Amino acid sequence: MSVLVLCDHDRGTLAEASLEALTFGRQLASDLGVVCHSVLIGQGADNASETLPTYGAETIHLVEHESLSDYGPAAWGESLNQLVNATNPAAVLASGTDRGNEVLAHLAATLDLPFVANCVTTNTNNSSSWIMTRVQWGGSLLEDSELNTDKVKLFTVAHHGIEAEESSSPASGQKEIFTPELEESITHTMVADRVVLTQGITLSTSPVVVGGGRGVGSAEAFAPLEELAAELNGVVGCSRAVTNNGWRPHSDQVGQTGTRIAPQIYIANGISGAIQHWVGAMAAKNILAINTDPEANMVAKAGYAVIGDLHQVIPAVLEEVRRRKS
Amino acid sequence: MSEFPTQAKVVVIGAGIVGNCLVGHLARLGWEDIVLLDKGPLPNPGGSTGHASNFIFPVDHNKEMALLGEQSANQYRDLELSVDSGGIEVARTEERMEELNRRMTSATAWGIEAHLLSPAEVKEHVPFINEEVILGGFYCPTVSVVDSLETGTVMRKEAIEKAGCQVFANTEVLDIETSEENGVTSVKAVVTDKGRVEAEYVVIACGVWSNRLANMAGAYIPLAPVVHQMADVGPLDILAETNNEIGYPIVRDMDTFCYERQSAGSMEVGSYGHRAIIHHPDTIPSNEEAALSPTEMPFTPDDFDDQMETAIELMDMLGDAEIKYAINGLLSLTPDGMPCLGETPEVRNLWSAAAVWVKEGPGMAQVVAEWMTYGYPRVIDAHGADIARFYDGERSEEHIWSRADESFIKTYGIVHPSEQWAGRRNIEVGPYFSRQEELDAMFFQARTWERPQWYGANADLVDRYDLKEREVEWDNRWWSPITIGEHLNLRENCGLVDLSAFQIYTLEGEGAVEYADYLAVNKIDVPVGRSIYTPWLTPDGGFHSDLTMMRLAEDKVAIVTGVFDGGRDSFWVNRHMPTDGSVKFTNLTHKITTLGLWGPNAPETLSQLTDHDLSQEGSSYGSITEVDIAGLPCRIFRISYVGDTGWEIYTDWDNGPALWDALMKAGADLGIRATGGGVYGTSGRIEKGYRLMGAELESEYNPLEAGLARPKVKAANFIGKEAYLAAREQGAPEVSMCTLTVEDLADSQGRLRYPQGGNEPILNMDGERIVDSHGRASRVTSAGYGPSVGKHLLMAYLPTELAVPDTDLQVMYMNELYPVKVGSTGSVFDPEDSRLKS
Amino acid sequence: MRLLVCVKRVPAPGARINITDDEQDVDAAHLGFTTSPHEECALEEAVQIVEEHGGEVTVLTLGPAEAEEQLRYAASVGAHHFVLLPVTEVDWDPQRTANALVKAIENLEENAEPFDLVLFGNESADSGGFQVGVRVAHALDRPMVNGIKGIEIAENKVTARREIDGGFEVYAIPTPAVLGVKEGINLPRYPTMKGRLASKKAEIEINEPTAEEGGQTRIRLHRPEEKVSETVILGNGPEAAPAVVDLLQELGVL
Repeated sequence: MSVLVLCDHDRGTLAEASLEALTFGRQLASDLGVVCHSVLIGQGADNASETLPTYGAETIHLVEHESLSDYGPAAWGESLNQLVNATNPAAVLASGTDRGNEVLAHLAATLDLPFVANCVTTNTNNSSSWIMTRVQWGGSLLEDSELNTDKVKLFTVAHHGIEAEESSSPASGQKEIFTPELEESITHTMVADRVVLTQGITLSTSPVVVGGGRGVGSAEAFAPLEELAAELNGVVGCSRAVTNNGWRPHSDQVGQTGTRIAPQIYIANGISGAIQHWVGAMAAKNILAINTDPEANMVAKAGYAVIGDLHQVIPAVLEEVRRRKS
Repeated sequence: MSEFPTQAKVVVIGAGIVGNCLVGHLARLGWEDIVLLDKGPLPNPGGSTGHASNFIFPVDHNKEMALLGEQSANQYRDLELSVDSGGIEVARTEERMEELNRRMTSATAWGIEAHLLSPAEVKEHVPFINEEVILGGFYCPTVSVVDSLETGTVMRKEAIEKAGCQVFANTEVLDIETSEENGVTSVKAVVTDKGRVEAEYVVIACGVWSNRLANMAGAYIPLAPVVHQMADVGPLDILAETNNEIGYPIVRDMDTFCYERQSAGSMEVGSYGHRAIIHHPDTIPSNEEAALSPTEMPFTPDDFDDQMETAIELMDMLGDAEIKYAINGLLSLTPDGMPCLGETPEVRNLWSAAAVWVKEGPGMAQVVAEWMTYGYPRVIDAHGADIARFYDGERSEEHIWSRADESFIKTYGIVHPSEQWAGRRNIEVGPYFSRQEELDAMFFQARTWERPQWYGANADLVDRYDLKEREVEWDNRWWSPITIGEHLNLRENCGLVDLSAFQIYTLEGEGAVEYADYLAVNKIDVPVGRSIYTPWLTPDGGFHSDLTMMRLAEDKVAIVTGVFDGGRDSFWVNRHMPTDGSVKFTNLTHKITTLGLWGPNAPETLSQLTDHDLSQEGSSYGSITEVDIAGLPCRIFRISYVGDTGWEIYTDWDNGPALWDALMKAGADLGIRATGGGVYGTSGRIEKGYRLMGAELESEYNPLEAGLARPKVKAANFIGKEAYLAAREQGAPEVSMCTLTVEDLADSQGRLRYPQGGNEPILNMDGERIVDSHGRASRVTSAGYGPSVGKHLLMAYLPTELAVPDTDLQVMYMNELYPVKVGSTGSVFDPEDSRLKS
Repeated sequence: MRLLVCVKRVPAPGARINITDDEQDVDAAHLGFTTSPHEECALEEAVQIVEEHGGEVTVLTLGPAEAEEQLRYAASVGAHHFVLLPVTEVDWDPQRTANALVKAIENLEENAEPFDLVLFGNESADSGGFQVGVRVAHALDRPMVNGIKGIEIAENKVTARREIDGGFEVYAIPTPAVLGVKEGINLPRYPTMKGRLASKKAEIEINEPTAEEGGQTRIRLHRPEEKVSETVILGNGPEAAPAVVDLLQELGVL
C-alpha cells in the first residue's frame, strides 16, 4: 500500500506547493505504515523530479504519453485514475492549488468517490472513516468533515496550510514509468496555447508585494507604490475594492477570489483588512501595514505598522531606499 | 495613541454627528478634560451618520425641529461643509397640495424662503421629472446638502485643539458604573475594553445603540432602530454632466414617501414608504460582523419594489439605471417623534444626546452642551426633546415598537396637529373610564393618559345650540361641534370635567416649604389652605413650568401639574432636592383623582352633597378645604381654568366613581353634563386667556412677557430669581402675550376656515413677519373657537407696542391671510372675572 | 446559443464570520445573501454571450427555498429561465449536489438540444469544494476546464483562457462544454430598477431534488486559532521611513 502524492509541474518546473503536499503525504504514509509515492505527469516530468526524494518520495511515477504534451485537467485526471487502478494506493493527495484541486476533482468524478479539498489535518482514526479538517471561506473558517469510504481517500492539502519540510532520511526516489491509455477526445482540454504577460516574478511568487487598498484613492495614486515595488524587485497587489473601482486589473487582486500571496514581506497600504483580502494575504511571512487608522483590522493583524498617510509615508520610504542604495 | 485615561471631566460615548458636534460645542463653552469614545473606527464608526443622505429640508411644522434644523444648517454652512441645492416637495394629490399650503405657512412662520410651483415650474428646476403625475411643488431654495462625516471630523478636531479632547476609536464600552449617595444615583465611570475611566459627566450619543448603553447604568433612552431603505442608482448622464455632487434640487415625492437626491453621477432613492422594519439594539451586528457597516443592514428588495415603481413613474430615466448600492439603513425613532436630550432622570450626570438625525445634529448638540453648561439650553426651548418627558408607560419596548411601527409611515405623512395614535391606547385611564365609555366619550391621549375630549352622548347639544360641523374636512378633523355645545352648556348650566390626568405630588418635611419656595416664583409660605398659581423658572429666567402649588399643612405642599409636564417637573424637583433629608417627595397621581365642576349651577349642584358653606366667604377663590361630598372625604379647591365659578374636587382614586355618580345625580336637574377637554383645554381656557405650559409658556419667554408677573418679588431666593429681577429692571417687556380675534374666517373660496394653533404666523398689514430683537417671531401658540364671544381666538406674543386692543394684524393659515384684531392681554371673555366671583 | 449557469446562494459576511450554536452553519442572522462571486461573473458572462450571439440563459440553483432571491437577481440582470432545486438540509455534500444537478440538467435537455455551455463558478465562496462542476461534466460526458477568465465563442467550440502566474493558458474546447469561471472575467453589471421589477414576474420552476448522500459529511464548523500578534509600530507618518527601510534590510529584501 502507498500514499500517492500528485506533484504538479509546469513543463518540467516543479510547483513549490507540491512539496507541501509531499511533506503531508510522507507523514500520512508514516502514520499508516505505508510508503509514500509521488507522481509527475506528462512531458518534462523527469526534470521536476530531482528534489522529490529529499521530501520522502520512495517511488516517483513518471506518467508518459504522447498526448501529455502539456497540462490538461481531464488527461491528468484520467492518467491518475489509471495509475490508481494499477497501484491501489490508500490515499491520493495533491496541493490545494487550482491544478491540484482540479485534477483530484476529475479523479474523484471518474472513481465516483468523495474528494475533500483544502485540508489542513487528517485523523485516520484507524478506520475507513477519516476526519479531515479543511478550510472554508478561503481560510476564515475550518470544517471538520468525515471522509467516509473504504476505497482510496482523495484530498488536497491547503496551500500554505503546512510548511514543506525535508525528510530526516531521504527516500530512494525510484523512478517508474507509467504509460496510460488515453483516448483522443481527452486532448480537448489540453492547454492549446499560452500567453505570457509577465516574465519573471509574479504576484503569487514575489518575495515583496506592495499592496494598495481603497485608501490609495485612485488609479494614478498607485504610481509611488509601483516605484517602491520596482526598487524592491517586487510587484504591486491590491484589494477587491480597488478592482471594483477599476483602478487595477483583477490579476492584481489579492484575496479569496483573487491571488493568494506568500511573500517575505507584504506592505499593505491603506487596506482596512476585510476578510476577503486577509485570507489572500495571511500566508505572508511578514506584514507591514501603513494606515492612518491605528485601529484598522490590517494594523491589528500585521506584525509591523506605520500610522500615517500612505501618500506621505511611501515617498519618504522611497527616498530612504534610494538614499541607502546609492 | 495616547494612553487611556483613568479620569475625565466628561466622557462622550459615540463619535457620530452628535458626539463630535457635542465635544466641539463643549470646547467652545470652555469645557476641558473631555474624552470621546466610539466602538468603531474613525471617521466613520459605523453608525447612522455614515449612511445618512445628508440633506436638510428646513421647513417643519414643529418649532423645535424647524429652528434646530435651521440652526444646524447654519452650522454646516459656517464650516463651509454645506451646499444649498434647493429642494422641492412634490404633490400628487389635492390633499398634499393643501399640505404644501400648510408648509408655506410654516415657512413664513420661520422666515424661510419658499415658493409654490406649478408642475411646469417644477420641471424647469428638475428637467427629468415627469410633470404629468404631479399637481405642484413646494420649492425651498435653502434646502442644503451637508457633509456630516467631515463636519464631525472638524468639530472633533476643534475639541482636540481647544480643549485637548482625547479621542479613542475602536473602544467598546462594556459597562457604565454608578454610585449612590443620599438616595441619589450618579454616574461614576465608563468601563471599556481599553480601560476604565472615572468621569463626572457621561453623555450617551450612540444613536441606535443608545438604549443599550443607558441600560448599563440603569437608565432608559426610549428609541427604536428602524430601517430606512435607500438605493443608489446610476450612472445617469444628465447628473454626471453637472460635474457636481449635487446639481439639481432634491425631490421629495411626498405622496409615495420617497425622495430622489443626486449624488454625483447617480441618484439616491430613499424611502419611508415601506413597512416598518424595527430592529433591537442587540441584533445590530458589530463592526466586524457587518458586511458593510453595522447600520447598513442587508437590503430587503421586496420591501422596496413599490417605491421603485413610483420612482420610475416620477423619473423615467431611473428605470434603466443600475442599482449599485442598496441598504436597509438604520435610524432612530422615538415614541413621539422627538429626540431624547438631557440628563437621564434615573442617573445624575448621565446625559442623553440620542435620536437625533443629521439634519438637526449640530443644533441638538449645541442644546445639550448649553444644557450641561448653564443648566438649561439657551439656543431654543427644548422641552419637547427633554428625555424627562416620558412616563414609565412610554419606556417599555412594547410601547416604543408600537409607536415606531405606527409613526414610520408618517415621516412624509400629512399629520394633523390633533392626530391620535391608533395603538397603545388606554395605558392609563381615570376611575370614570367605564362611565365615560357609556357616554360615548371621544378620548384623546395625552402622553399615556386617556382624556375625554368630548362626549358623543352630548350630541343633543348641537341641536339645542344650533351648531354645525366645520366646512372644510381638515378643520373638522379630530373636532366636533359637540365641544361647542358642552362649552355653552357649561356657561349656561354646569359641566363635570375629568381631571384624573393631573400629576399630583407632595413635598413633606421640615424643609418642604422652604424648598417649594426655592422652586417657585411666587410665595409658597402662605397660610395653610391657600393655593399658589406660579411659574417655575429656568436659571435664565424663562419658564420651566407653570403650575399650582397648595399649602396643605405647615410642613406639606402639594404640586399639581399638567399631564404633559409631570415627567419634566418631577425630574426638576428631584434634581434640586436638598440632600439633608428634610424634604420627602411623593407622587400621588395614582392615588388621587380630580373632578372639575364649573358653571353657574356648580354651587347649587355641590350644595346638595355637603353642608359646607360654599359661598365666596366659606370657600373663597384659591382656597382649599377638606369637606365630605356625598359622604366621601374630599378636598375642594375653588379655582377655575374655564372662566366660570366652581371647584376642582380631589378625592381618593377609589372614591372617584361614587363622587362622579353623586355629582351627576345632584346636577341632573341643573343641566350638568360630562364635559370634555375641548372646553377645559381650548375654548374655555382661551376665552379667558389662560396660558398653557408648552404652548404660550416656554423657556424662551419670561413671566413679564407672558403677563404672569406679580407686582412684587418675594424675598426668598428661587431658581431664576436673578434673571427674573434683571428682566423686571428693564421695564416694559419687549413682547406681550395677547389674545386675538379672527375678524373674517372666509377664505378666497368663501369657505370658513379655523386656524388650528400650529404656529401660524401673525403678520402685519403689509404681510410681513413680526420678529423681535431676539429673533422670536409672532406666531399662534394656541387657537380655538370662543363660543361665548362668537369669535375664533388666537394666542400669540406680539411686540408690546402692538399688544394694544383693536390693533389690526393678519394671520396666515394654509397659505391664506385672514384679518385679526388684538383682543386683550388678559381675557376676552368676562375680563372682570365676575362669573368667577358669583 | 443555449447557456446554463449554476449558482449558489451564499451569505455575504463582514470581517468576522459567526457560527451557529450547533456548529453546523454560518450564523446568517445579521447577514445578507448573495450569489457566490465567481458565479456572479459566470452569470454576467453568459448574459454577455447571448447579448452578442443570441440565445437564452437558464440559471439553476440548489439551495434553500430562499435561493429564489438569487434566481430573481439573475432575472434582473438578463437571464431567461430559472430552476430551483429546493433543499432543507444545511449544505448538500458535493457528490450529492452534483448528482442532483445532473438530473436537473438532463431534464432541461430532454426534448431539447444540449446546452452549448454550462458555466459554474471556480468554487463556491463558502464551502469551496472545487468539484461540483467537474463531477457534472463527467456525468454529462462533456469537456470541462476550471479557472476560466476569458471566453470566446466560435462555431462548435469555445476558446477559454485560464489565468496562471504571469499569463494565460488557452484552451480550445469543442461544445457542448462545461467551464468553471473565475472572478475577473468581467465586472458584473448591477440590476436596473426596471430589471428588478421585471424579475418579480419571472417564472421559477421548482423541482424537489433527489440524490443520495455522498461520502463527505460535515461534523462541525469552527474558527481557526487566531494568531495573536503584537503589532510593532515603526512610527508615525513620513518620519517612520528609516525604520521601515531598516526592516526591509533586516528581511533581506533590499
